[in-house]
Order: sequence, then C-alpha cells, then structure tokens
Amino acid sequence: MFLCILSNTCMGHAFPDHSDPKVGATISASPERVRIWFDGALEPAFSTIMVHNAEGKMVDKRDGRVNPSDPTLLEVSVPQLPAGNYHVFWNVLARDGHRTMGDYTFVIK
Amino acid sequence: MSLFKGEAMRDCGRTNWGKNGLVVTIALGFALVCMLVIPVSSWAHGFAGKRFFPTTFKVEDPFVSDEFSILFSHLKEPDAKTTEIGIDYSKRIIPNLGISIGESYLHQDFTDGSSASGFGNLELGAKYQFLTSAEHEALFSLGVSAEIGGTGATRVGAESFSVVSPTFYFGKGFGDLPESLKFLRPFAITGVIAPNFPTRNSNVTFNEDTGENDIERNPTTLTWGFTLQYSLMYLQSFVKDIGLGTPFSRMIIVTEFPMETCLSADCKGKITGTVNPGIVWCGKYMEFGIAAQIPINERSGKSVGILALFHLFIDDLFPKSIGKPIFP
Repeated sequence: MFLCILSNTCMGHAFPDHSDPKVGATISASPERVRIWFDGALEPAFSTIMVHNAEGKMVDKRDGRVNPSDPTLLEVSVPQLPAGNYHVFWNVLARDGHRTMGDYTFVIK
Repeated sequence: MSLFKGEAMRDCGRTNWGKNGLVVTIALGFALVCMLVIPVSSWAHGFAGKRFFPTTFKVEDPFVSDEFSILFSHLKEPDAKTTEIGIDYSKRIIPNLGISIGESYLHQDFTDGSSASGFGNLELGAKYQFLTSAEHEALFSLGVSAEIGGTGATRVGAESFSVVSPTFYFGKGFGDLPESLKFLRPFAITGVIAPNFPTRNSNVTFNEDTGENDIERNPTTLTWGFTLQYSLMYLQSFVKDIGLGTPFSRMIIVTEFPMETCLSADCKGKITGTVNPGIVWCGKYMEFGIAAQIPINERSGKSVGILALFHLFIDDLFPKSIGKPIFP
C-alpha cells in the first residue's frame, strides 16, 4: 500500500492545483486561454470547461479539452474579452473514475 | 421501443426471447463492453458538489466511504490518564450504503497509582447517505452503530452490555453564500446526533462487605457534536488564489465539539465533552491531522489532551478492487 502511495501508481480523484488566470484574480487584459492544472491525469472524453460572462452567456470558443501532451491540463480558448466579470466552470473525471467539479471567477479590468 | 417508463415496462413484458434473442444478446454484449471500456463515474468520498469534507477526529463523518483510520488520543480524565489507539475500517456495500468496524486499545494510569491496558469493546456500524446536494454542498446520512458488550477488557472500562446508537449525520458547506461574503464560503459544518441505548438497564453485583446486592444503573445518553471547518483548499481553488503553496494549500482548519449528555440515572442532565481545535492535511490518498483536546468541565478531563489522525482513502488507493463498492 505504501509503495503504491509513494510511487504514485494509483490514481486518486483530480483536484485543481493552480490555474491561469488565477482563481479570483483581477487582470488587465484578456487571456488567450483559460487553463487549469490538476493534481492527476484526466479522462479527455469526460472532462469539460466553460467560461461565462456576468450575464451567464458562454463566451469561450467551445474548444475545451484536456491538453494532449499534458493530461493534467484542462484548457479552453477565449476570444478577446472586454472588461468584466467572468465565471469558469469545470467538471472532470479522473482516470480512476472519480468525478470532481468546481468553478471560480476572475475579473478583467 | 418507448422512452416512457410505463410503456417500456409493457414492452419488456411482450419480449419474445426466441425471436429477439440475438438482438438481446448483442445488446447485453454491447452493454458489457461499455461497462469494461467506459470508465465508471462516481463521486469521491466526502464530496458534495465541489465541497470536500475531510474525516475529522472524534465527530463521525457524515458520508459513506471506503476508508481506514488510525486515531491516537491522550487525555487526563478525572480518574485516569488515558492513552488510546483506535482503528476503524469502513466499506461501502453499494455507493450510498456502508458498514464499519472499529476497535481500540487503551492504556490507563489511574489516580491511585495502578494502571491497566486492554482492548475496548468492538464497534460495528452501518450508514446510509440518503441525500446529497451538490448545489448546496450538503449531505445527510442515517445509520446505526453498536458497541458489542463483553468483547473488550473490563479492566479498561469495557462494559459487559451492548450499546445501540441510531444516528443522524449531516454536513453543510457555505459555498452558496453571496459574492459579498465569498471569503466565508470555505466554511463548513458537520454534525452528528445519536441517542445511546444500553441493552441492559443495570448491573447487579454482590457486595461481600454489606452482604447485599449493589445496583448500578446504566444510563441512556445522547451523543451530539459538530465540527466547524475552514478549508484552505476551497479558498485556494474556488474563491481566491492567495498564493498558498504546499502543504498549506491542502489544509483544512477544524474545530470539533464532541459532546455527550446523560439522559437518565444518577448522571441525568450532566454534559461531558471537549473542544478540539486542530488542522488536517488532505493528500490524494491519505489524510493527517492533529488537534488539542480541551475538556469543557472537570467531569470531562483535567488538562489539555491531544489527538492525532492518520487516514487512508481506500477508494482512491484501490479504485478498481477493494476501494469500490461491493455492488457498484
């Protein structure tokens, strides 16, 4: 059991490690993408990410995906966004079948 | 074929196996392949939406899971200094229903200078998580646990009778607070309430000095307790990245209030309990925690004690074998 833990060969549920833009951040210019890095590999077919504006309208380019070269990175492209509040929603399935979900906001001033 | 339930049932009743056997066989085969190929999605232990509830020290978890815990406790009680190591294993039968087994080993140094060691009574339990609200980060469970009398050593206080405890559990995160109170969203509470019914009302022992029987009544008690939590994981991931690094980004500040009120016999109305401020660290596969035990009155203890928790998430360690429900 401890070998399993130390070698990281088991796969637990995925939890966000960090993101860009950062959770709750205020930034000065529109990002090209919204990216969230997780602490474990994700199942691409069952992991989603969306960006909404303050009115609840989806504003991303609907190309959310798990990065093919980094299975811990969930990302979606966004157009040039005007100043305002934005809400990121994510829902992922870890390789072991455990689902986690979450959301956060960021502000473009 | 119909998408309506009632009609689908009637269609099933008309199925002719001989005529449609090949179709049914192919459908079952396809379903089996899907089960093997497509990952089975399930919510991990202790989650209600994006809220993760950690395992706490003395107050029982409000959720069902596959887990293994070791809890170390040391407290100077009124009549003895007690050191206890408890182990607990929980196993899900179906995703929302689990059973548990627990045992503890105690060492007591009594105020008269004597000491004793031995196992406590075996504890068995079953729990059903009947409601989980992702939107409101809430979960509720009902369960029953039993301390099996006569399975432990009487020299460390293990009773000869059993105690049965029907239990209500709850957990609630504050993630649905408005934006203006967003820094309160990482707060959560969990709690438990359980009457404890002894299977024997009294113990009768013959007193050789008086030549009469001594009758000791076994009280019914009420266990009630709650935890107040502030999750730095939640703060960092869903509210505001304040730059916490490892290990602080995976910590949850927990204060427990495990209490017991005596409902009958000589102790009726008296409360014992502790306030346990502490912190837990939650990794992908395990959890560590440490807390102080502060007695609320002299009946509960004489000085500050300590709690230490080591916990394994069996469902994350072995998601495809012993960590999944027996009937997933």
